[in-house]
Amino acid sequence: MSALRILVPVKRVIDYAVKPRVNKAGTGIETAGVKHSMNPFDELSVEEAVRIREKKRAPGGVEDITVISAGPAKAQEVLRTAMAMGADRAIHVDVKEGEDLEPLGVAKLLKAATAEHQSNLVILGKQSIDDDANQTGQMLAALLGWGQATQASKVEFGADDSVSVTREVDGGVETLKAKLPMVITTDLRLNEPRYASLPNIMKAKKKPMEKKTLADYSIANDKRLKVLKVEEPAPRQGGGKVEDVGGLVGKLKELGAI
Amino acid sequence: IRPAITVAARSVRLSASLRHQLSTLAILEHRDGQLNAGSLSALTAAQKLGGPVHGFVAGGDATTAAQAAAKLEGVEKIISVNNSAYDKGLPENFAPLLVENIKKGGYTHVVSVHSAFGKNLMPRVAALLDLQQISDITAVQNENTFVRPIYAGNAIATVESSDPIKIITVRGSAFPAAVTESGSAAVEEGVDPKAESATEWVSEELTKSDRPDLATANRVVSGGRGLKSKEEFDRLMVPLADSLGAAIGASRAAVDSGFADNSLQVGQTGKVVAPQLYIAVGISGAIQHLAGMKDSKVIASINKDADAPIFQVSDVGLVGDLFEEVPKLTEQLKK
Repeated sequence: MSALRILVPVKRVIDYAVKPRVNKAGTGIETAGVKHSMNPFDELSVEEAVRIREKKRAPGGVEDITVISAGPAKAQEVLRTAMAMGADRAIHVDVKEGEDLEPLGVAKLLKAATAEHQSNLVILGKQSIDDDANQTGQMLAALLGWGQATQASKVEFGADDSVSVTREVDGGVETLKAKLPMVITTDLRLNEPRYASLPNIMKAKKKPMEKKTLADYSIANDKRLKVLKVEEPAPRQGGGKVEDVGGLVGKLKELGAI
Repeated sequence: IRPAITVAARSVRLSASLRHQLSTLAILEHRDGQLNAGSLSALTAAQKLGGPVHGFVAGGDATTAAQAAAKLEGVEKIISVNNSAYDKGLPENFAPLLVENIKKGGYTHVVSVHSAFGKNLMPRVAALLDLQQISDITAVQNENTFVRPIYAGNAIATVESSDPIKIITVRGSAFPAAVTESGSAAVEEGVDPKAESATEWVSEELTKSDRPDLATANRVVSGGRGLKSKEEFDRLMVPLADSLGAAIGASRAAVDSGFADNSLQVGQTGKVVAPQLYIAVGISGAIQHLAGMKDSKVIASINKDADAPIFQVSDVGLVGDLFEEVPKLTEQLKK
């Protein structure tokens, strides 16, 4: 059984609790001065990687957990958070604010990073809560020619590099069996991410953070999608309140809903 | 001025030639030969692109599914691949299968619904063809330009793709399902590259229910944390759903607390629904829940907190104790 070398990509996004505002020019979302944090699905990926090691779930053990993020200098903050949660090292790939890679570009970057770090397991969030694309993990698996298990709610390791993954599908769950190397994307039910403790935050400051550029991985940021405009959705007007169930039923009849 | 004219002329020429060749492959999901209602929305979206539309089915029961698909409105041809290796929709072999059939058919657009199957499969297809997929679109503006929600539906982006083939997933609730007609499209056998899958399907556990499918139901009643326990959730929500012939949904809080199955979750990370009627019971209305239901035609809510955000999007709201109000509502609806 090979030892696990886990790569965990993380993304810095606007905090999930913040209501995003469209910028005045209608070209994107206002990000300046807005609270950012690690994409919630990526927290689950980091947590899972760390738990696999802590609970000794993989017969071959965990040799390394590397976190990687492509983004502006502030992406280093989420990488530090991931290291405070238990990752060993981080790679920050510098990409200017507003020049984010598309999922295909990220997948190409990650392919190069898996080769560099000899990763045999990549755990990604199933989607980022800003772009909501739900693509990167699947694209990475395709480029590597590896098996994929998306929307994972349970991951178990067996003998001979076998991995069994329960995934959330429409109408229930299904279980797949795959072999390393593979790509897994996380669903919310996978685990509950820990809070990094202060001592671990301090320790994380000493963990290695490599700084790279797209050129180091021979990746060009060629965009295939052009954002023509970003707008607020049509506002929905609340229709007011009623006194009792009779009023509720009456209003629903009036609206033609029942 | 001159370069601008040249560029404009070229783009006109390009779009004219694309229009000429535009053709779309719509991926049709099926289970045991029965077409999936959600994927019929993909067919409607495909028709909005303007060119001829072919449907694609694969699996051990592909012949049955192809016969059903051939009767659908607006489909010119069905490409069918009969091989039980595709029954479980494993992307490791399904993606190469699609790639070969896309190449053979020379399609400019490939459309699937943004279901668990479509989400799993289509990005793999896109990457194999070096294309940037466009996910979860809610509108087609033209053959290159699409509208999609971002940030949990808090913003709507219009994006233009420069890829030679557009790989698209569509939001099922944003397009009506294609209807069955008596017509009969030609059924053609597709190519089968017989790729091996690196993963193996082991088992599944599906929630059995006679209720309408949550994603496509006309009416949905949804429960949240306010229901307090699984027993109360079942005791109150099931009769309410029965009185309306509605599907049952749940907020993430209710799912996380074990009141309802994961597959019933409505929201950014669960299902996106847009029924005629959505009744939210004991749901506060967090951003991520609203992302999954705010396009419902009529929203009604019952919550004891008069300031709950759910009331801001509700057409009708009732402030009250759900344990008293829901049984009363069920009673009145039964009459």
